[in-house]
Amino acid sequence: MTGWRAGLAAALLGIALWQAVIWATGVARFILPPPALVAETIWKSRALLAEHAAITMAEVLIGLVLGALLGFLSAIGLAASPVARALVKPMLVFSQAIPVFALAPILTLWLGFGLWSKITMALIIIYFPVTSSFFDALMRTNQDWLGMARVMKARPWRIMWYIRIPSALPGFASGLRLAAVYAPIGAIIGEWVGASKGLGYLMLLANGRAKTDLMFAALIVLAVLTILLHAGVNKLCEKTLDRSAG
Amino acid sequence: MRLTGSARIGDTPIFKDLDLSLEAGAWTCLLGASGVGKTTVLKLFAGLDEAVTLSGHLEAPERVALMAQSDMLLPWLSALDNVVIGAKLRGDRVDLDRGKEVLSRVGLADQAARKPTALSGGQRQRVALARTLMEDRDVVLLDEPFSALDALTRAQMQDLTAELLADRTVLLITHDPLEAARLGDRIVIMTAHGLADVPVPQGRIPRALDAQDVLQTQANLLNQLRMPS
Repeated sequence: MTGWRAGLAAALLGIALWQAVIWATGVARFILPPPALVAETIWKSRALLAEHAAITMAEVLIGLVLGALLGFLSAIGLAASPVARALVKPMLVFSQAIPVFALAPILTLWLGFGLWSKITMALIIIYFPVTSSFFDALMRTNQDWLGMARVMKARPWRIMWYIRIPSALPGFASGLRLAAVYAPIGAIIGEWVGASKGLGYLMLLANGRAKTDLMFAALIVLAVLTILLHAGVNKLCEKTLDRSAG
Repeated sequence: MRLTGSARIGDTPIFKDLDLSLEAGAWTCLLGASGVGKTTVLKLFAGLDEAVTLSGHLEAPERVALMAQSDMLLPWLSALDNVVIGAKLRGDRVDLDRGKEVLSRVGLADQAARKPTALSGGQRQRVALARTLMEDRDVVLLDEPFSALDALTRAQMQDLTAELLADRTVLLITHDPLEAARLGDRIVIMTAHGLADVPVPQGRIPRALDAQDVLQTQANLLNQLRMPS
């Protein structure tokens, strides 16, 4: 509850600073619209914003689920097999050297202007943090437990299922928390490169028509949705995954 | 069961020309200062020896049970699920009824559903003992299992363990002379020079804490351990 109140206070402070900058500099409203105008625009354009926000959130959520699933399975595969580690890990690290932005046009070319190019973008951007934090946790299993399992003549896949995966779930959860913040970035990048729907598309459109207030409105809706998504994922992780650590 | 030879980890010699036989159905206490290689001996018997290079011979059964200083309980499982984890890990049939029965033998029948974090240190070590019993092996390796417990709990755990593991072949690694005096059918001191057998007190284990010869043996053991090597 205190965290929630602190967040609200920080938001109010941010809005106050925003207004203070406008008063101090007298900047034109098409460069930096005042908070009150943006609030008014959010209210007036709520139907438009909601329609585009729904598209963006659909991309984000599907990307998040698929990326989390893929990252979960990849991390297990990597942790289980030294051969996979030797072959795939360098590829993973190399893939991180490619700017995601550079991939967006290619994905649009391959997958079209619809949802899937954005979902894939979100998936790609969250795949690495999920995989790497879960993989690291899988490789850090308590050695005493592994020793005990070996004395018990356990089978490797059963050690994975009954010991390594449960003990690494908090690591998976921290990857998911990062993913919840990254996934919207992927979706928005995808929308900037080529889309006819979504908050990213709406921001570009508003910018092109010098409707800065609408652009800010879309930005704030996106930010609020991202915060809510992060909070939701956080709650979910606390209720389920974090418990396994004991 | 017998271990002979020398062992090293990398280039560091751990012990030289050791010859340790474990008598079937008896408790052998291996006593020694820290760093003398007691734990390495246990790891060799347990088959957890990938880091150890043994030049010698090891005669050990395929299957043993292990109980260590750390309870090694999985914190996300209930006490009962921890007790039956061995069968799960092997893919054997999980016998929950026997698990409950074993838990009640260590006095935790009503704690079966609790997670390890909700149990005291002594209770957790009882769950570990129940898990060891559940494995039901002829050979049980005990690696300082009571050393993290307070004095009262330790004495109770020693009694309980000796009672429940009577007639099994047990190797107890300890640095506690009193524990060795109470629980050893045979007591062996391990030093850098090798092994030395020590006369044991009379009576069946667990011997009484206040028995004169138990206390005498404790003093003897302490003196021998203190001798400069």
